[in-house]
Amino acid sequence: MQQIINFLIRNKNFLLFLLLFSISIVFTIQSHSYHKSKFINSANFLTGGVYNSVNNISDYFNLRSQNNLLSEENRHLKSLLYNQATKDSVYIDSLSFNDKYRFTSANIIKNSYALPDNVLLLNKGKNDSVFEDFGVITSKGILGIVNKTSKNFATVISILNTTSNISAKLKKTNHYGSLKWNGKNPRITQLVDIPKIANFKTGDTIVTSGLSSIFPKGVPIGTVNDFKLDNTENYYEINVLLFNDMTNIEHVYIIKNINLPEIKNLLNGISNE
Amino acid sequence: MNSVFFAQASRFIILVLFQVLIFNHINFLGYINPYIYILLIAFFPVRNNRIVIIFISFFLGLSIDLFLDTGGVHAAACVFIAYIRPILLKSSFGMIYEHQTIRFNTVDFGAKLTYISLLTIVHHFVLFSLEIFNFSKIILILQKALFSSIFSIILIILITVIFSRKTK
Repeated sequence: MQQIINFLIRNKNFLLFLLLFSISIVFTIQSHSYHKSKFINSANFLTGGVYNSVNNISDYFNLRSQNNLLSEENRHLKSLLYNQATKDSVYIDSLSFNDKYRFTSANIIKNSYALPDNVLLLNKGKNDSVFEDFGVITSKGILGIVNKTSKNFATVISILNTTSNISAKLKKTNHYGSLKWNGKNPRITQLVDIPKIANFKTGDTIVTSGLSSIFPKGVPIGTVNDFKLDNTENYYEINVLLFNDMTNIEHVYIIKNINLPEIKNLLNGISNE
Repeated sequence: MNSVFFAQASRFIILVLFQVLIFNHINFLGYINPYIYILLIAFFPVRNNRIVIIFISFFLGLSIDLFLDTGGVHAAACVFIAYIRPILLKSSFGMIYEHQTIRFNTVDFGAKLTYISLLTIVHHFVLFSLEIFNFSKIILILQKALFSSIFSIILIILITVIFSRKTK
């Protein structure tokens, strides 16, 4: 017993180092697996508060360009609205709540695009009914999926994250694949598992597939930049040039799929049987 | 004792804030950022207990991780350099360290440069290995570690030159 205590006292520095180092490694491994980062995330009142108050100031620097972006989006939506041919005959029930998707607007208070695993921070949280697994888009295209929420903040796993995996398809031919990122260029992501039979060319549009029930069908993602066959020579690997400039995003929309719990229940029931 | 404690505590807060609010948004050439917060570990008073240094480094790294959503990579790198700090001190300062009379603003510049460079390179190597977490991308790890180290070393040297108290 005496010897054990002596050993502990003699090597206390090394043991402490080993303990703290392994704690950090555990945190690191958790952060590399999807949806496991439990304790260390920036959606808490301290880091969120700091980022929020700094963002209140830095907001003003690109106010003009952000306003232009928003008014451009309004122009697009207005032209859709007033150019509908069947405007008068469509009955819009403004009292029902049967919408499939509900939208919340939010601001990005921490952007990140230089790391291999980028996580963004939004200024909406549980108090605004934002929860895990909600999709996040901008006026130009897809952005990511909500990971953790606190009362007033939410972290988003950006599509520029090596653990991110989003179902997407070619708009023209409806062939499905999954959108990933190799961690290199923040303007380009990779769409893999597109079958060899698909017929497409450079410049074709890629949109979300709606299969994952997180994003609605047809949210724009980007265009085909270049493509090649993967190692097995059965599937294409496409480099996708994003519509979004991920480096200067400010205003985003959070999408809630009202039917998500029901879909999840159903799928879990099937897998349990 | 108290003044030392408050000096280190305020340094801690200032370095964390500067790191996460300014130095992490430089993104020179797309991805190169300096990590200057290791100043605190590098210039922590030598006479103090090693356990204290290891603990403080852990919390320093963890608070950076908290802000950047990087899991525990900064904490791991910080704890690592805090643990091997005596070895680096001995190899770069030699005899002065043996007699425990080292004061960072009186040692000569060459030794200080060696010490900071070694510390920064080790820190950045551990940091990027854990951040990329894929041994097949060793070239990318080395490349990122090298470029960021150069940037960090230059900035840390500049900061120490600007903020050092003249003893002459």
